[in-house]
Amino acid sequence: MAEATIKSYNINFGPQHPAAHGVLRLILEMSGESVDRADPHIGLLHRGTEKLIEHKNYVQSVPYFDRLDYVGTMNQEHAFVLATEKLLGIEVPERGQWIRTLYCEIGRILNHLLNVTSFVFDVGGMTPILWGFEEREKLMEFYERASGARLHANYFRPGGVAADLPPGLTDDILAWCETFPKVLDDIETLVTENRIFKQRTVDIGTVSVEQALDWGFTGPNLRACGVPWDLRKSQPYEKYAEVEFDIPIGKHGDCYDRYLVRVVEMRESVRIMQQCIAKMRPGPVKTQDHKVSPPPRAEMKRSMEALIHHFKLFTEGFHVPAGEVYAAVEAPKGEFAVYLIADGTSRPYRCKIRPPGYVHLQALDMMSKGHMLADVVANIGSIDIVFGEIDR
Amino acid sequence: MTQALTDLGDYIAAALPNDVLGTEVNRCGELTVTVRAPSIAKVLTYLRDDSSCLFKQLMDVCGVDWPAREDRFDVVYHLLSMKHNQRIRVKVATDEDTPVPSVVGVFKAAGWFEREVWDMFGVVFSDNPDLRRILTDYGFEGHPLRKDFPLTGYVELRYDDEQKRCVYEPVKLTQDFRQFDFLSPWEGPGLLPGDEKAPSSDKVGGNN
Repeated sequence: MAEATIKSYNINFGPQHPAAHGVLRLILEMSGESVDRADPHIGLLHRGTEKLIEHKNYVQSVPYFDRLDYVGTMNQEHAFVLATEKLLGIEVPERGQWIRTLYCEIGRILNHLLNVTSFVFDVGGMTPILWGFEEREKLMEFYERASGARLHANYFRPGGVAADLPPGLTDDILAWCETFPKVLDDIETLVTENRIFKQRTVDIGTVSVEQALDWGFTGPNLRACGVPWDLRKSQPYEKYAEVEFDIPIGKHGDCYDRYLVRVVEMRESVRIMQQCIAKMRPGPVKTQDHKVSPPPRAEMKRSMEALIHHFKLFTEGFHVPAGEVYAAVEAPKGEFAVYLIADGTSRPYRCKIRPPGYVHLQALDMMSKGHMLADVVANIGSIDIVFGEIDR
Repeated sequence: MTQALTDLGDYIAAALPNDVLGTEVNRCGELTVTVRAPSIAKVLTYLRDDSSCLFKQLMDVCGVDWPAREDRFDVVYHLLSMKHNQRIRVKVATDEDTPVPSVVGVFKAAGWFEREVWDMFGVVFSDNPDLRRILTDYGFEGHPLRKDFPLTGYVELRYDDEQKRCVYEPVKLTQDFRQFDFLSPWEGPGLLPGDEKAPSSDKVGGNN
């Protein structure tokens, strides 16, 4: 057969391709079926969150964080309220901290369930996503019972959480913690040793430790490369210092390890949730400083001062003393951080959001170079991106 | 922790006396190093490689707009050292025309962050190999996070059924954009008419 030269050509991947996990437009420069360069075009979901926050007061800004990474919403709120609390210099009561820790872990499982199962879906396994979404539905019910909303919770507030948990909720969460590992076992039976899945993921998109650090990887993607770094352990916030859990790490930094790390993290999250509920005691859930958190409704009926506090909080909002702070949390996708500059008024002067997915997507070019077109799909699935947070 | 950061700040200032303009540990316990803009790549390389710094990861680059200042933009770099479990903030100031040297050569992760700062603030980074807009639309004009850019923007997009394509039009607001200024009523208007007659102890207005 005569030798043929293949001309390199471009492929437009997305923005409406289901494997693009949202509105990712990917320009792929191909030579034959292997990728020479991947150029992600992002911003199709840009809503100007940072600009909008500059025009809202601190409490009004919290809901915007739900709309960033909309699969594990409370973890994002967490970074913002931590930043605000650091600037205000206020403490959150014990119970409030336990509830936050509990709900952050629920958010982590919500996120990992979606990512792991849709990743498997991308590379050819249909069943796990159906099972995973059933569990997600139950978790979102827990969100709803605490905050009133399944997704956009707006539950964490500067100074604590919006309201105490309704009676009986913790028992139901505990019961769920008992059944969930079995579902995870089922998913693992289908996927972990699955020949097709392994062929699609092992040694695909391998990232070395040096590359991971250079490209700013955080979260499960970094741990899959073998770096034992988790903000919950190394810079503990809330109650993470008081609970026992292990940090899973991978060895090879490929798509398969990233999948494994997430699965083990879900099991660890269940452990943390059980400890949170065991250690939770009755008490206030938000700071009693009514210059920051609104007074109870009953008190407002009788106390003039409470009424004034309420009115001021919901018109003007509280003032935050001038200063700047960088607050980072271990969100399910990696280090989610808020760099907040306050100028002494009731509105943030600047609120920069550091989304982990943005950094990971940037490295897609490095990860996909030389791989086949189908491996790009595996890479996108394994780095766990959601466009709400990347485009902001 | 604060003491360790203060020491680290002094150490960095002593090592790079010509580049560092100042160091400060703020009330939240964070170290900020202000450096001269042309030296930023040198400073970050030093912070990355020096054995008592080892800030191997660039977590974030962002811009801040201070319209009242002569050098109106701050470019803020956040670094993380896993070895020492420390964070550091490095700041440079620049104006609309003076480019800041790119740090892509030091940290690969800087590429998109610098594109974002260019997109949002219009700060130019010299030597960035790929300084395109990133978050805004193709063909967008202006830099939205500048303080003088209106929240509503200048143009809006809609699908035109006759032309069978999306068209841009100037923003039409059916009612004026309402900017509620809650800041002033509570701060008080200062002196109320007639206040000057009262003894200074029982004046109303002012700060509460």
